[in-house]
Amino acid sequence: MSKMIRLSLGPILYFWPREQVLSFYEQVAESPVDIVYLGETVCSKRNLLRTDDWLEIAARLRGAGKEVVLSTLALLEAESELKRLRRICANEGYWVEANDMGAVQLLQGRPFVAGHSINIYNVKSLSLLAEVGMRRWVLPLELSERALTDLQDGRPQGVETEVFVYGRLPLAYSARCFTARAHHLPKDDCQYRCLDYPDGLTLATQDGARFLALNGIQTQSSQTCNLLGQLNVMRRLGVDVVRISPQSANNHRVVEIFRRCIDGELGLDAGSEELARLMPVGPCDGYWHGEAGMKQTADSARELLGS
Amino acid sequence: MMELVCPAGNLPSLKAAVDNGADAVYLGFKDDTNARHFAGLNFGPAKMSEGIAYARNKGTKVFLALNTYPQSGGWPRWRSAVDGAADLGVDALIAADLGVMDYVAERYPALNLHLSVQGSATNYEALRFYRERFSVRRAVLPRVLSLPQVQHLVANSPVEIEVFGFGSLCVMVEGRCILSSYVTGQSPNTFGACSPASHVEWKDGRNGLETRLGGVLIETYGEGCNAGYPTLCKGSFCVGGNTYHALEEPTSLNTLEILPQLQQAGVSAIKIEGRQRSPAYVSQVTRVWRAALDLCASSPASFAPRPEWKAVLDRVSEGTQTTLGAYSRPWQ
Repeated sequence: MSKMIRLSLGPILYFWPREQVLSFYEQVAESPVDIVYLGETVCSKRNLLRTDDWLEIAARLRGAGKEVVLSTLALLEAESELKRLRRICANEGYWVEANDMGAVQLLQGRPFVAGHSINIYNVKSLSLLAEVGMRRWVLPLELSERALTDLQDGRPQGVETEVFVYGRLPLAYSARCFTARAHHLPKDDCQYRCLDYPDGLTLATQDGARFLALNGIQTQSSQTCNLLGQLNVMRRLGVDVVRISPQSANNHRVVEIFRRCIDGELGLDAGSEELARLMPVGPCDGYWHGEAGMKQTADSARELLGS
Repeated sequence: MMELVCPAGNLPSLKAAVDNGADAVYLGFKDDTNARHFAGLNFGPAKMSEGIAYARNKGTKVFLALNTYPQSGGWPRWRSAVDGAADLGVDALIAADLGVMDYVAERYPALNLHLSVQGSATNYEALRFYRERFSVRRAVLPRVLSLPQVQHLVANSPVEIEVFGFGSLCVMVEGRCILSSYVTGQSPNTFGACSPASHVEWKDGRNGLETRLGGVLIETYGEGCNAGYPTLCKGSFCVGGNTYHALEEPTSLNTLEILPQLQQAGVSAIKIEGRQRSPAYVSQVTRVWRAALDLCASSPASFAPRPEWKAVLDRVSEGTQTTLGAYSRPWQ
């Protein structure tokens, strides 16, 4: 019998006020997720919580029975960022999620998670990282079910697979802060404008289609990736963990829907219908089906079936 | 002295680069094993041998770009590309994928390995990994670091550093940008092209000529405006009620201004972007950069870019304008 898929909550990708973060994780402690990824992964200027604060939240969540992983910055540019990274990587208590090869270098020889911004496109890469200590990897966002099938076939022993199944997709990182740019501010004097956009700042095309969400130096999809309907396929492929990426509103309802679907208390169609009401700009699932990431394939299939 | 590394999308461009003073040229095979997988571009085996012989004869090095990410089904193609490059005796292989580098390091330990910009290494801890695991000799830096950050990185780097000097500007950290596949299904990592031409549409709309990528409106050009290629990150979009180039304007990178600082920092090579550009572009740009690097080497203290250099480079730049990009803090 296959193991039960575990549910994880990714790191908060946005800049929320300290109180909001603390109360968010108070709720997470009570929520039915199994694994929580903690820490700042986007911008080192977002400093309302320090490493010690994150460690305190980590202890609280572990006390509530959660597995905690400390997540790290994806784009490392300054020595100060490396310094913080070294401290996180040297911690004794928790696994660390590497989001850059610099973190992999520091984590060699100890168990770690390779996040979705580590480029793992083939079995050779998977095996090489397993050799240096990787115990879990997150499927790169642009890869499909077919690519995952191939990777699962050659997956080394003792390595778990995680898939990003719900949330706005992080698509790119830059030296430039696009939120500051939208306010005609230089990054060095950004006035922490990201605080005004708890789910990112919407970028639309000139013909009015909501297209992307600007999140500081990160660019996200404005559509919410939703792969709830693929849970059975993932179970069959031996996926160990599915990840929900936090949003400021309705996060705990999303977690609950996934939990009930995983536990078989709620059908996938009914769950998808409930989720559809919780997405700010609608769903997308194209990457999973080997198409443009912004496409929504499941819905169009349903329309064809006339249901 | 910093090495000048120039693009060769085909044989005429390779000759143009060699004849105008490139120290090295970089090129790719005619398939998705490299990040300029464009129709009509790159080299078949015969043309590649001819190109390598031409470069050799004039003392110019040849680097082969194998800098995309193979998926399981594609592995034989990448492996034979590596084998082919080793047979041809190229001076270096430019790679990004861990699996490809692992294969090169194991099978051809004497072959110089360069970490491609698509390998996305922006810090010296990442460079240490590639050095220790695969004996990488050189790395090309993503266009995300400020000048002081480049200086600090070079000072701590275990490998030679190559930086972009001129050409089309990537706004996002290379190797970790999937905007293109979000819209078209094809990205630099998976397919070897960003904003691929097969997904571009040009159409007259209500407000002028519209360019779309994968159906997404990237730009609208009023009468008399010069329409440009709809590269996703250089379009005009609406944010907070304003319509502007929300990510970046159509512009090219140009680092002539900071050449003495790059040289002083210990940068080993300057890369010119543009394998997809014409042989005329390669001639003009190579000639300017040859002169600039020579002058910078002989008199770094008094070095200043000549106005005629800037005029030549502006003419061949995207949107006929250039920027220092991330090297300059205010740009960020």
